[in-house]
Amino acid sequence: MKQLLILSGKGGTGKTTVASAFIALSGADAFADCDVDAPNLHLAIGQTSTPERTAFFGFQKARIDPAKCTACGLCERTCRFDAIRNGAVDPLICEGCAVCAEICPAHAIEMVDQTSGNLMLYRDKGRTFSTARLRTGSGASGKLVTAVKRQLIDNASGCWFAIIDGSPGIGCPVIASISGVDLVLVVTEPTVSGIHDMRRILETARKFGTPCSVCINKCDMNPHRVKEIEAGCAEDGVRIAGKIPFDETVPTAMNHGRNIISYPESPAANALTELWGAVKHQLDKGDST
Amino acid sequence: MRIAVLSGKGGAGKTFIAVNLACVSDDALYIDCDAEEPNGHLFLKPEALKRESVFVSVPEWNQTLCNGCRRCVDFCRYNALAMIKDRLLIFKELCHACGGCMILCPRKALTERPREIGHVENGRSGNVSVLTGYLNPGEVSAVPVIKAVLGRTAERADVVIDCPPGSACTVMESIRDADFCILVAESTVFGVDNLGMVHDLVKLFGKPFGAVISKRIGDEDPAKEFCVRHGIPILAEFPYDRRIAALNSNGTVAVRADARYAKRFRALLSAVKERTR
Repeated sequence: MKQLLILSGKGGTGKTTVASAFIALSGADAFADCDVDAPNLHLAIGQTSTPERTAFFGFQKARIDPAKCTACGLCERTCRFDAIRNGAVDPLICEGCAVCAEICPAHAIEMVDQTSGNLMLYRDKGRTFSTARLRTGSGASGKLVTAVKRQLIDNASGCWFAIIDGSPGIGCPVIASISGVDLVLVVTEPTVSGIHDMRRILETARKFGTPCSVCINKCDMNPHRVKEIEAGCAEDGVRIAGKIPFDETVPTAMNHGRNIISYPESPAANALTELWGAVKHQLDKGDST
Repeated sequence: MRIAVLSGKGGAGKTFIAVNLACVSDDALYIDCDAEEPNGHLFLKPEALKRESVFVSVPEWNQTLCNGCRRCVDFCRYNALAMIKDRLLIFKELCHACGGCMILCPRKALTERPREIGHVENGRSGNVSVLTGYLNPGEVSAVPVIKAVLGRTAERADVVIDCPPGSACTVMESIRDADFCILVAESTVFGVDNLGMVHDLVKLFGKPFGAVISKRIGDEDPAKEFCVRHGIPILAEFPYDRRIAALNSNGTVAVRADARYAKRFRALLSAVKERTR
């Protein structure tokens, strides 16, 4: 299965708008939302059916049995995360390393399972949509992202192609989502922040050897910055797959749970159609340069 | 007072709010905790920069001492260690630096070694001190960088903490010691869904909070509806303003270029102080 991952570095540049448009344009049968601590793709594609839910267990958390605890303080002194105070574990800080459980001379600490989110799988109209929602206060977002991708691959192995909406940033959830993808499309915008963050996500993807191309959203906002992006990408040998103009139809469509592609008069919809053509060509050729 | 600025959705305007808020204070420290993609420095352009590396401790293996018992491998919850034949492999990116393998090793064949994963930059921009955390590209966890940048805080009257997007561990680390949380709510259906997640988070942490509604286009205001429905106090509203978007795209601080915005941000700072009194 060929995997297209949509990233941006900076948040709010339009990853989900691009992903939902591509889903409509390509007729993709397999897609996923890896932004597990702020998922939106289900809203953008107007997903209304009920998913199959699976509780996801991340790292276990330590729990101290007060009946056995002798208050020796060894666990508090040894915990590298300062998660134990006054004989109790703060589950919001505990990273589940189990050092305390291992060293406790009174065997008063056990490691207990904790759900760190819910995996959701939608299967309707012959399509497979894998997504998840991180539980509030849970840390293990990278593990949950890996589970979202696993769930997609296990349930849509016959599909030739999948579209994956990623998360902002360059850290753990992004790196978990990059593994195994064929092409990363970086959605940027002509702002100082968009450009700075695009450079960092391109550098991150390069470290994992994943081919990238770039599209410039809201391209009419600052023509001078568009030129800066074009020059930077030319220098790095990164292809610019397309440009999308600022279009107020996009937030309107979003707020009504409608796909931007269903607005034929929208300049953004037309640009996205052209962009999809370019990205598909690149995926088909399996060539990113 | 430490004010954290957060939002579930990226691009809602966290940096815009945090930078401008710091710039209207007489005595402010701006801390960029979005170490994966720090952007505040692009606006504040701090000078007299000092740089300090951020290290984490990872285990180093001494083959001559190792007896191949595998206790370290079996113990590691993060799968950061593997024994292939008689060689120990250490996957540094997966290591959480809990120290367990070193404590357990009966032969003391594992010792700690520092590894640089990012850095902190310290500088000044007019009346604002600026601290920025940077995670090195390719590194997994920004949490140690966030701890480092928050730990270097020289106390000023107003400390403004610009958080990463989302609601996961990096955000939790950033708001831990905050006195007040500003939830930046982009007024779209997406923004509202993600606002719900950070709203749950600040309640879980028991922090006082209020919302700033951003980027409303047209008459619909789903973020305002959400705030009213959930009793979230609205501290300020900044509808989409094409002129400000243009200033922002060039890295200009709005309150330094526009007296109207300076007034609005002073009002926001007062509103926050009023609520923590």
